[in-house]
Parts: sequence; C-alpha cells; structure tokens
Amino acid sequence: MKEKTVQKKKKRLVFRTILLAVMAGLVVFALVSNFNSDKAVVAEGEPAPDFQLEKFGSDGETIALSDLEGKGVMLNFWATYCEPCKKEMPYMEKLYSEYKKKGVEILAINLDSTNLVVEQFLDRYGISFPILQDENGQVMNRYNVGPIPSTFFISPEGKVVKHVVGPLTLEKLDGYLQQITPEA
Amino acid sequence: MELSTVSSNLLYAAFIIYLVATFFFGGTIRDKNRKKTGVAGKIGITLTIVGFLTQVGYFITRWLASGHAPVSNLFEFTTFFGMMLVLAFIVMYFIYRINVLGLFALPIALLIIAFASMFPSEISPLVPSLQSHWLYIHVTTASLGQAVLSVSFVAGLIFLIRQIDQGEKSKHTFWLEFVIYMLATALAFIIISSSFNAMNYQVTFEAPIQEQPTEITYQMPAIAGPTDGELITEGMSPLFEVPQWMRGQDAAIKFNTMIWSFLGGIVLYWLARLILRKRIGAAVQPLLKKANPELVDEISYRAVAIGFPIFTLGALIFAMIWAQQAWDRFWGWDPKEVWALITFFFYAAYLHLRLSRGWQGMKSAWLAVGGFAIIMFNLLAVNLIISGLHSYA
Amino acid sequence: MNNITCECGHVNPEGTVLCESCGKPIQGNQHIDGNDSQTLLNMRYDGSARRSQTYNRTFVDKIWNFFSSVKVGVWLIVLTLVASAVGTIFPQEMYIPPNVDAATHYEDQYGLAGQIYYQLGFHNLFSSWWYMLLLAMIGISIVIASIDRFVPLYKTLRTQKPKRHDLFLKKQRVFGKTESSSVDIDQVRKNLKKSRYKVKEQDGHILAEKNRFARWGPYVNHIGLIIFLLGTLLRFIPALYVDDFVWVREGETAVINGTEGQYYIKNKEFILETYDEDDERFQEALQNQGGLVPKTYQTNAVVYKRTDPVVVGGDPELEKIKEDQIKVNHPLKFGGFALYQASYQLNEFKEMTFKIHDKNNEDSSYGQFTVDLSEPKSEYQLDSGYRVVLDSYYPEYELKDGKPVSVSKYPKNPAFVFNVYPPGQSEPEVSFVGIGANVDATGENDYKIGLINFDVRDVTGLTVRKDYTLPFIALGGAIFMIGVIQGMYWNHRRIWIKPKENGVWIAGHTNKNWFALRREIDKVISETGIEAPNDQQEMKN
Repeated sequence: MKEKTVQKKKKRLVFRTILLAVMAGLVVFALVSNFNSDKAVVAEGEPAPDFQLEKFGSDGETIALSDLEGKGVMLNFWATYCEPCKKEMPYMEKLYSEYKKKGVEILAINLDSTNLVVEQFLDRYGISFPILQDENGQVMNRYNVGPIPSTFFISPEGKVVKHVVGPLTLEKLDGYLQQITPEA
Repeated sequence: MELSTVSSNLLYAAFIIYLVATFFFGGTIRDKNRKKTGVAGKIGITLTIVGFLTQVGYFITRWLASGHAPVSNLFEFTTFFGMMLVLAFIVMYFIYRINVLGLFALPIALLIIAFASMFPSEISPLVPSLQSHWLYIHVTTASLGQAVLSVSFVAGLIFLIRQIDQGEKSKHTFWLEFVIYMLATALAFIIISSSFNAMNYQVTFEAPIQEQPTEITYQMPAIAGPTDGELITEGMSPLFEVPQWMRGQDAAIKFNTMIWSFLGGIVLYWLARLILRKRIGAAVQPLLKKANPELVDEISYRAVAIGFPIFTLGALIFAMIWAQQAWDRFWGWDPKEVWALITFFFYAAYLHLRLSRGWQGMKSAWLAVGGFAIIMFNLLAVNLIISGLHSYA
Repeated sequence: MNNITCECGHVNPEGTVLCESCGKPIQGNQHIDGNDSQTLLNMRYDGSARRSQTYNRTFVDKIWNFFSSVKVGVWLIVLTLVASAVGTIFPQEMYIPPNVDAATHYEDQYGLAGQIYYQLGFHNLFSSWWYMLLLAMIGISIVIASIDRFVPLYKTLRTQKPKRHDLFLKKQRVFGKTESSSVDIDQVRKNLKKSRYKVKEQDGHILAEKNRFARWGPYVNHIGLIIFLLGTLLRFIPALYVDDFVWVREGETAVINGTEGQYYIKNKEFILETYDEDDERFQEALQNQGGLVPKTYQTNAVVYKRTDPVVVGGDPELEKIKEDQIKVNHPLKFGGFALYQASYQLNEFKEMTFKIHDKNNEDSSYGQFTVDLSEPKSEYQLDSGYRVVLDSYYPEYELKDGKPVSVSKYPKNPAFVFNVYPPGQSEPEVSFVGIGANVDATGENDYKIGLINFDVRDVTGLTVRKDYTLPFIALGGAIFMIGVIQGMYWNHRRIWIKPKENGVWIAGHTNKNWFALRREIDKVISETGIEAPNDQQEMKN
C-alpha cells in the first residue's frame, strides 16, 4: 500500500511537470515568434541578409552582398521621387572615393520603376557609386524597408552595425562609415 | 402605397401595439392569483405576439423594398435588436409564464426601437464588403444572442428592484437609481431629439476641421459649440466650446447631444422623484411583491445560458467566417470585434462565477446589468464614438 | 495517500467531500466546499476529490494549483477584458493612416492622452507580450482546471450508487419526506421512464438520472478553446501561413508574391462600379451621403502556374489554371492560396500621344510621337525629321517651391520637359507639358507640344493569403460550440428515492434550472402518493 502511494505521487508529479513544461514551451514559442515578427526591420547586431541585384545601366552585371565579404558596406534605399534622398546623395558621392580606398563599398538600391528617371537623375547628380535596381521590391521587402531613405551600415563581418531611417548629414555619414571601415 | 411606406407604417403600428401590451402587463400587477395567468396577461402576451408579427412585416417589406436584409445600418440594426428582444421575451414568457417580465421587457424594447428611429432611416445601398449572405446570417444571430442576454438584464433589474433593501441608503440603492437614471437619459434623448426634429430646428456653424473651414449643422440648440466655430445662421449661441481634442466633423454635435440627453435625464429623473417623494426603486418595489425572486433569478441565469451560445455563434464564429471572406483575416482587432470579445469574456466570467463560485441572486443580477451595459456600449458607443471597420453599420 | 473508507464500505480518495458511492459527507473534509457553514450541500463536482484541493507539496504542485483555481481563471478573464477595452480607446497602430509617424500621429490627434497611450505601447496592445501572456495564461488555466475537475467528477458519477446516505438526501436543495404506506413505486418508475430518466435500483433505492452528458459540456468546450488557441499559434510557422500583396496593372501579367515564383496573375480588367444616383430605392440615402457609393470592386483575373523550373531572369512558361472574377467577399482560390480584392488605383496613365504644332495654330502638325509611361525613351525621332528629347519625366508631378518634382513612381499625373529639335537645328526649344499644363520655358517658342491622345488603366491590389491554420481554428470553434450547447441546453438531473419504514424520502438535484426540475418532479410523483418536495433554498424576501 505504502509503496503504491509513493509511486502514485511520483507519477502525478511527473505528469504535472511534463504538462506544465510543454505549455510553458508553447508560451515561450508564441512570445518569441511574436517578438521576432514585431521587429519590422533587420535588427542592428544581426547578420545582413544576402541578395543579388543587377547593376544599373550595366547589361546584366550583378552584385551580391556576399561578394563584398571583408569590406564594409553601406546599403542605401532611395528613389528619385524622394526629396530627402536627393539631399544625402551628394554627401555619399563626396565620401565615396575616400572610403572605397579604405575598403568600404556604397550600394544604393533604387526603387523607381522607370529607367529613364534614374538615368536622368544620375546624369544630373554625377553619381559614381554603383546603383542597384530592385524593381520588384524584393530586397526592400527582405530588409523590411518602410519610409525612405533608409540606410544600413554593414560591417566587414556582414553584420548590421547601424540602421538609419531618414536623411543623413555629412558628419553622421562620415562617422558611420568610419565604424564599418575594415582595420588595415 | 409604396413598399417602403408600408414598411415604416408597420414599424409604427408595432410600436403602438407593444405600448398597449405594456399597459396590459401593467394590469397584471393587481392579479390576485400568483400561479395562473389572468385575462390582462393573456391579452398582453397576445398583443405582444401581434406586435412582433407586425414588426416582422416591417422587416420583410423593407427587405423587399431595398433588396437586402434590413440590418445594414444603425437604424435597421437597432430596430432589429428591439424586435429580437421582443422575440426573446416571448420565448421566455412561454417557458416561465411570468407577466412582470413583460412589464419591464417591452418598455426596454420600446425604448430601443424609439432610439433606433433617431438615426437616419432611409434605405441605403450596400457597400461591397457588406454584399454577402453572411451579412444577415451574422447580424441576425449576433443580434438574437444579444437580445436573449438582454432578457437576463430585464430579469436582473426586476430582481434588484424586488430584493434591494430600500430601508436605508446603500451602494445597492445608489447604483439601482443610477441604472434607472440611465434609462431616463435614453428616454430624454428620444424626447428631445424628436421635439427639435418636429420643430425643424437647425443652427449652422462654420468651424475649421483639419484646417478646412466646414459647415456644421446642429439639430438641437448648441450648448457646446464646435471649437473656433462661428454662428452663421440664426439661433442660440453656444454656452461654451468643446475642447480642442474633440476633432472630427460630428464630434461636437455628438457631445452636444450627449449634454442635452444627460440634462434631460436629470430633469425626468428628479421630476419623477419629486412626484413619488422617494427613490424610484423604492416606489416600484411594492408592485413587484408577487414576483418570486428565485424564479426571476433563474430566468436571468437561463437567459444567459440560452443567449451565450447564440451570441458566441453569431458575434464571434459567424463574424470570423465572414471576416475571413471579406477582409482576408478572420480576426483583426477592430473595435467592434474587440467589444464582441469583451462581451464574450464578460459572460464567460459570469458563468464561471455562478457555476463554480456560487454567485447567485444579487451578485448575479448586478452582473446581468453590467453585461447589458457592455452590449449597449458595443451597439451604440462603438459605432458613434469609437468607429472601426464597422462604422457604416 | 490517506484513502477514506466510508461507512458504506466504499474507499474514497483523499480529499473527497461526499462519498463517491453513497454521498455521505466525509467528516473533516466539509470545509473544502464550504459545507460546514451551510445547511445544504454544495454539489459542485459532486463533492469529488479535486486534486488541486489536496496535493500542495512541491513547487510544481503550487503552480499547478494556482492555475487550477477558478478564482484565478476569472481574474485572468477580467484582466484580459479590461486590457481589451483599453485597446479600443484609441485606434491601434494598424488602423492609423499608413505612412504617418505613429509617435506624432497619436500626439497630434489625441493630445496628451494620445501621447501617453503611445508611450505605454497601447497602440500595439493586442500584439504586446503581456496581452499574449494573459491569453496564454487563460489557456493554461483552462487545461489544468479542466483536468483537475473532469477526472474526479467522471469517477464519482460513474461510481455513484442508488443507495444514498440519509444526510446526503436531507441536505439536498429539493427534498421531501412522505409518510404513507401507500406509495406506488411502480407508478414512479413508469413516470420516470416517461420523462426519459434512466432508472437504477439497489435494494429498493432508486436513482433516476438524465442528461449526464451535459456535465461534460464545459470540458468539451474547453478542449475546443485549446485547439483554437493552438491553431492561432500555428500561424507563427512560416510554412503554414503566407500574407503578401500584389499590384497588377490592367493587361499585365505579374508574378504573385509569396508563391515563390510558382504562380502568375493576369489582370484582364479592373471594374469599379458605383450606385446609380437615380436609383429610386437609394436616392434619399445617396443624396444625404453626398457622394458616390461604391457598388463593386472587381478584378477579372487569370491565374497561371509556372511549368518550367524557377530561374532568376528568363521568361517563364505559364499554364492557365483558373479564370475568375475577384470581388470583395468573393476571393479567388487556387493551390492553397486565396487572392482578395483589397485595393486599387484608378486611371494610371499608360500611354500618351503628342503632336508638334505651330504655337498659334493647333491644326498644324509636324508629326506625332507616343510615350509609353512604363518605359519612356530618352529620345523620339519623328518621321517628319523632328527630334524630341525627353529631358525630364515626372510620373506624379507636383510643384514644390516653384520646381516640378515627382512625389511617387506611379504615373498618376505625368509631366514632361521636352526638348524639340526641328530638322537641322542643334538648339532645342524647351517645353514643359503636363495634364492641363503647357508651359513655354522661354516664351519664344515657335512650336508647341500638344497632347492628342492618352490611354489610362487601372491597377488592382490583391492580398495573397495562404492559411493552413484555418482547419484547426475551425475545428476548435466547432468543438467549442458543441461543448457550449451540450452544457447549456441540457441539464443533468437526478432524483433519488429512498425507501423508509413508513413511506419514502425523495431528493432531487440539477446543475441548473431548478424551476424545471421541480416541475418535472411534480410530474414524476403524480398519482404515486409521494408528496411534493420542498425547495430548501427559497430566498428570503
């Protein structure tokens, strides 16, 4: 009798523990999943998702993020109809050649739908860094970009160091670019 | 005669019949025999059924006239809710044969139907999202569920008036008077609106809305005018302006109507109280001596037991099926949905408290009152104040 | 474990309040259901040994017992209710206009209260961790409380015997003694059967029971709720749930987002109908609403499946799988996906045709050219020898600080700067041309560019949805409804009849709806010589 009772108690404890653990697991799963889906953008400190896009005006030459491993990458989402984007473009152009030597690449992902407007824009502003075309908005989706300009600074190790929504000043741009410059 | 005219005449007739039936139920108060239904009660319930059928006639003719089930705007929906309340009462009457229920249920149905007719009542076309069979499947079931749950309130109210100790002032007497005052406010709203309507009263302001000068027309004298409004027609100038945060075209009008109603409610309530020279609850209590509190409590509970599944089916499950079809998601946390969920939670709590924790009698009756408040809030306030996707309904 | 042996010989588990077999109140356990202070027995769960009330030793037991409590459950419901109400005070973030900054929107629209609302995170209340935790705790509470009550109740109702202890009968709410030697038990049996009771007998003691299954209603509906909640969890598994959006212009075929390049859709036509303002039925309402009321949003669509392997670039080989109209309330379904009519853009410009003419003579013509707005060219060579260079193109033109800019990439209000080179000339004439705008840059132009024709098209916006969680949700909902109806529309009723030396005792119990039980007992005892029992719980006046 005594032994039976002890066994029964044990069984009960095991049953309760397992059920509670399963339910706690489900709750954690729910909360974590919900938390992850809440994160609207690719978070700072996390690896930047890879992509491959055609370079504007290049007849099919593509650039992939993974090609640039070991280099710092500034990823800028922009469009010709976006006024603040136009403001920061000259700053980027100004710093581009300097940082390119130091091992930082600037990729500007364009969201326009007609080539002509982009061409005209590039002519007018004399942009020399590569422009990538994301006509279907796939990369934009992957990076969960909402309002533009939206800029990601990616370290040589491929991690997002900083994400900025809205236009950058020359000083800020300089500062962030320094952060992602590979050590010589 | 045109079908739509026939329809509104039928509604009017149903209203009158309900009113007459109420008086017959009032006549049963003096019946000596507790068990048997007297002549007055028989006439009362017969008239109620006739009134109900008349209102069904309104419903069918209006359906024929408009080509869609008349449950698509506030007027139609609220009227339908009143009709379902009468139906729920008739069903409960035949289960429990208790006349006093009619004496309270019918006036509340009358109040609701009269309230409905304060909203624009012309036949309006259906926007695409409402063009579905689920419109009437969902709305009628949800409404029936709410109506049965409202019978629980009616019984709860009878229980409270019957059982609360009127010997001294207490929390119970205060809140009972408050419930009565709220009913008086609804009545005041109806009286005031229809009076000014009959007088064709109008006063127009020009006020900035989202920085656009807009004309705002009040149907009753403005106690509270719109922010920075300028009177551009003849009429009483407002005593004060609504606070800045009340934006939106109709916010000031609604606020003004509310002030009128609450003031009107105060006048009606205190008038009655001065005439009776005691609390309204205390004045009505002796009339209910015959009502068996056990039975009334059971009716209140039974109404929840019957209404809760209907409500869940109509207001949550059918709603989800339709939402999945119309808006590509079965649940979207829009205010009307949330308030349906709140109603569900509330009655779920009611059932657990009653079944597992023995909340019967007084506690249960107060909960029934709270449930009705939530239903009314969902019916009116969510549409008029917090509008969501259902704002057209 | 201290099992309790009742005087009837039945061995009850620890914590039993009323003997499972004969119903005798077990001494020392009456406080559990509060029977010690009442004249009537608390018949909830039939006095069975609910586990939570008994074992409370380890940490796990403590958590278990916390969730097992109905009081805790009700508190969780009330908290969720209040939180939900708070969530409707101001619109949630998903219902504020898109493309506005939430932080400033709440402050602008609702002042200080709005700002506080935003800062507390109430603008996303329903997806907040604490709201989800509340729902999850309700779920846990449902599981544990149900297990804790169902098992012992089931056992008790299975072991109950017709032979009941005197005290059990006496302390029932409906109870009566009949002292008479002429009780017609056969008639009782007949009456009971007529009222569809199941009758069990033991040494002349009668237990009549009906609708025991109604007691399982709460547990069934709780199972439904759990399935429903688990169903909503499945949504977090990406393979089971896709939510995407696709814009398709009239006449165009586009890949359907979210289908991994497997499916394509062609928009044959988008139709927007409004109600006829002369329609007699709705005339009054339409006038009062002062505007057009939409009647139909419809896309005539063809869905294709890609038959070749998906490769980036390269034209897909498509096979038509379905052609249908997509309307609000009428989604198009294919291969587990559904397309919903969700949005539209009217009158996007597709093509515009211009001609060059003399500034002062609109009838003259020096040739015409057509600009395809989805792919405008930088230069147009006219047959007449004229050359037009498209210097600037603004898809949705607006004047900002005196300069033309485009506010979007959609050709909703296109405008152009054209450089016109007459044959043989190297200096162009510059003209600015838009809808309703035709500006001569220098004021000295000889030629003018006139719009002679254009083509517009509509764009339809469709939600792409795949939701394999729906069957679980539906199953949960269905089981819940069955459970609620089972528990609410039927009542478990029992009548006990105990033979005494001179007459019988009768008692009745139901989990609800006592009025009906008493009416039924009246029927059962008619013409049997048994006196009508009393309701021992009549309320005081």
